[in-house]
Amino acid sequence: MVRLTDVERSLIRDVWDKVNTDEVGPEIISRILIVYPWTERHFGTFGDIFTITAILQNSRVSNHGKVVLQALDRAVKNMDNIKLMFQGLSRMHFEKLNVDPESFRLLADCITIAMACKLRSAMNPEVQAAWQKFLYSVVDAMNKQYH
Amino acid sequence: MTSLTARDKTTVKAFWNKISGHGPMIGQDALTRMLAVYPQTKTYFAHWKDQSPTSESAKKHGMTVMGGVADAVTKIDDLSGGLLGLSELHAFTLRVDPSNFKILAHNIMVVMAIMFPVDFTPEVHVAMDKFLAALARALAEKYR
Repeated sequence: MVRLTDVERSLIRDVWDKVNTDEVGPEIISRILIVYPWTERHFGTFGDIFTITAILQNSRVSNHGKVVLQALDRAVKNMDNIKLMFQGLSRMHFEKLNVDPESFRLLADCITIAMACKLRSAMNPEVQAAWQKFLYSVVDAMNKQYH
Repeated sequence: MTSLTARDKTTVKAFWNKISGHGPMIGQDALTRMLAVYPQTKTYFAHWKDQSPTSESAKKHGMTVMGGVADAVTKIDDLSGGLLGLSELHAFTLRVDPSNFKILAHNIMVVMAIMFPVDFTPEVHVAMDKFLAALARALAEKYR
């Protein structure tokens, strides 16, 4: 299990406080679809996600990003309970949605980059390290129910 | 990422000549192992009735994949050109995350090591690893 230090927890909460999930949310799924186009295989029901313009205008894409960040928000507020928190979501993404968990890693990196665009120098190396440690523990929890 | 040297190619072709008769078996075993050891790879086969590692679908698919590898050996001098069709298939239709190519390559080599412990020397191992990596790159070329 990932052990976050008090300093790391504080850095994570601080940086997360600065994130407007309504602003950043829409960006994360559009980024993963544009940067890693093979991930569009997971969004067959989202309509037109086949050009950059379509992706950026797609409301289901932006909504899903917000949903993901809302889950992350709960994780930030429950940093000791991440594995349990994501059990149901992990199972669902494996059994129902057939999502390759590599996509969680890719999405994590897109989240960090989307945040970096908004936060700029506030996302300094120390903050980035703590943030990514937390984010990868979420990715890890999302992997747990794959069997 | 380095490209294949003349020596790599000779090594791969020589080893392949020796083992090609066992290609289908290697493929079956490699696919079975991949599904068992890396269960996340099952997410690409939701359309199979039976996704268990030892299912008929898995074995058949293993043989298909190994057929592709055999073909790639014959096109070792121009993998991108030779595998254009497969590259487009993987990019636009299958959309397999490229990280999975490395996983399958590893399993192929585990099976080679088990079946040919004497011939699968470190020199053959490195050449095969490089070849499978080059194959994976060719397959991923049309991805983006």
